[in-house]
Amino acid sequence: MESGKTKVISVLVENKPGVLHSIANLFRRRNFNIESITVGATQQKDIARMTITVNADEKTLDQVVKQVAKQIDTLTVEELEQGTFVMRELALIKVNITVSKERSDVINFVNVFRGRIIDVSTDSITVEITGGPYKIDAFLNLMKTYGVLELARTGITALARGAKSIRIDE
Amino acid sequence: MPKMSGAQALLESLERQNVDTIFGILGGAILPVYDALYNNKKIRHILARHEQCAAHEAEGYAKASGRVGVCMATSGPGATNLVTGIANAYLDSSPVIALTGQIPTCGINSSYMIGRDAFQEADILGITTAITKHNYQPRTVSEIPQMVTNAFHIATTGRPGPVLIDLPKNVQTNIDHVEFTDKHNIRSYRLPQTPKPAQVNQAAELLAKAERPILLIGGGVILAGASDEIIKMSDLLMAPVATTFMGKGAFPENHPLSLGSVGMHGNPAANRLISEADVLLAVGTRFSDRATTNLDTFAKDAKKIQIDIDAAEINKNIEVDLAIIADAKVSLNMLFTATSEKLKKGEGKVWIKRVKEAKEQLSPLLKEIPRDMVPKALLSELRKLLPQNGIITTEVGQNQMWSALYMQALQPRTFISSGGLGTMGFGFPAAIGAKVACQDRIVVDIAGDGSFIMSEQELACSVMEDIPVIVVVLNNGVLGMVAQWQRTLYDRRYNAINLGKTPDFVKLAEAYGAQGIRVDSIDKFKNAVKTAMNSKVTTVIDVPIGSETDVVPFVPPGYGLPQQRGDY
Ligand SMILES: Cc1ncc(C[n+]2csc(CCOP(=O)(O)OP(=O)(O)O)c2C)c(N)n1
Ligand SMILES: [Mg+2]
Repeated sequence: MESGKTKVISVLVENKPGVLHSIANLFRRRNFNIESITVGATQQKDIARMTITVNADEKTLDQVVKQVAKQIDTLTVEELEQGTFVMRELALIKVNITVSKERSDVINFVNVFRGRIIDVSTDSITVEITGGPYKIDAFLNLMKTYGVLELARTGITALARGAKSIRIDE
Repeated sequence: MPKMSGAQALLESLERQNVDTIFGILGGAILPVYDALYNNKKIRHILARHEQCAAHEAEGYAKASGRVGVCMATSGPGATNLVTGIANAYLDSSPVIALTGQIPTCGINSSYMIGRDAFQEADILGITTAITKHNYQPRTVSEIPQMVTNAFHIATTGRPGPVLIDLPKNVQTNIDHVEFTDKHNIRSYRLPQTPKPAQVNQAAELLAKAERPILLIGGGVILAGASDEIIKMSDLLMAPVATTFMGKGAFPENHPLSLGSVGMHGNPAANRLISEADVLLAVGTRFSDRATTNLDTFAKDAKKIQIDIDAAEINKNIEVDLAIIADAKVSLNMLFTATSEKLKKGEGKVWIKRVKEAKEQLSPLLKEIPRDMVPKALLSELRKLLPQNGIITTEVGQNQMWSALYMQALQPRTFISSGGLGTMGFGFPAAIGAKVACQDRIVVDIAGDGSFIMSEQELACSVMEDIPVIVVVLNNGVLGMVAQWQRTLYDRRYNAINLGKTPDFVKLAEAYGAQGIRVDSIDKFKNAVKTAMNSKVTTVIDVPIGSETDVVPFVPPGYGLPQQRGDY
């Protein structure tokens, strides 16, 4: 597949069993590249929001949007255009600490990145950090010099800017 | 609110959708539904001999009649045997409902419930996610009526397709209050609106200005019942009409403006003229690789207008200049009015002359037709004997492509074949299904020997259920189409294509109580067809033909439509 840019689409779906499976399956079947997918509740309890990042050129993205829209349980699909949305990702990073100088260095970096330390042991520190994917990438790069023991990233979740809201009628 | 079992609620819901036939095979997990069928007078159950064939029978029923075809199987192997049939219906956008039994959601013995790998458990919802338009599993009896109404709505509207309902056994047997409803309530499922007049006008503008317009129509035209609109449009524009393989029958192939079907084994006149056109109006087609052969050179001089009800088909394979996402019939009616207002009369004479000339020079059926036992002769004779409304089904392989080339389809829903999936063994059960839907019409399966063997056991079904159809086995003793590829693309390195003279199809037919006739001349073939058409029992006509006959012309993989090879 041609490589393209990372695009973010926001999908509202019926909060029913099998829906995540059918959307994820669709990406595999159609040969679309998912970078991340997050699913969670919305202000309406019977509706879930999926935030999907895909690596796709314009033509492929058009197909992604149309194919996702075509799923019976899809309520709305929207491509989030650069600059018109806010997005966050959460990462938990367990960093290797061998000498105590490293410990204070890591703590400093965590403060600069406005992360939080959520667990400490004699030879590790676990950090929680949220932000856009670039911020997390940058922090991870720094931590690599110390050694990343474990990493868990959630993938991004996003909302369009402004007062606009999608409400689905019962 | 009446109180009843889930099985009864299911049957009553099906009746409310006017279901008169179910093709199926029973088993433990679907027994409650069969028990409820015991007293049912409105629904005929037809016992298939393999679940794949039950699904093909349901699809044949749907393709011939335009109504929903229903098939049913037990859990586990019954359900997985349906899979090929469901995939076939999915790729050909056929409205089929598949009902499967399932392990209970809970029970007295907790190991016997969904998710614990009980005997004959298969995750049929997971398995069919990619090959159904949607699937459902009711968890309570009271959900069933609404679910059935929604399933039929999904299967039949927009771009039709198969929907599966998986029925846990305890939901079939539980008794509860149920409320029937004919109103679907799927808020997340929206259908395309009527086309925007501005778009229609733009399309009309293009068409009115066209010097060399052409129509390319697919199976969507048949599904939308828009054949009359295509005829009107073609007459208005004096534009020739090519169909895709799936579109065969959507435009009468004996019409002076018909070019037959386009594609890898298409009519050379269609392949040539598509490449010469300056405006292409495509309706209800997904521009499949078999129709376009090469995406880069396909109709490269033409401005392209596409009408399709499925938005995802726009710019999926071929990029178009203008798209109308709506029902074909509605769109064509609007387009007709808009175009007639803009059209200057009396133009396009040069193009019409060219169309006539190309047809005369290139159409296989306008060339000499031999008198010996070759597919072209056999199929043109069959066409002459068959009434206009006779239904043709085909198997897959050379037999199918010969049928596309030589068997003119004159009415919608009279040419039924496995277009998208190319499933060997589809044609015979599809013929059975078509005959059940259209009992007063002649139904003929044009078969290959290899394909027919894949569904031959349905002879038992057709004989026992009194569903007489005709099977014409073009018996070349080989898996002919793949043999042709080995011959032309693999330097005659034949491997695994020989079927020999096995079985003896006459004896095979007789073993099932059907009629078998072997013929060795065109005249005997004609007589056999006449006998079969008057027979009250299914007839298998064994027609030995050469084993090295190619389907020609042929566009080799990767080449453009006009680059067809082979003398024909
Ligand atoms: C279920 C299935 N298996 C394999 C194929 C691949 N295939 C395509 S055509 C063909 C040969 C068909 O042989 P036959 O039915 O005798 O038809 P012929 O080409 O000889 O007319 C095969 C094996 C297929 N299309 N479907
Ligand atoms: Mg054969």
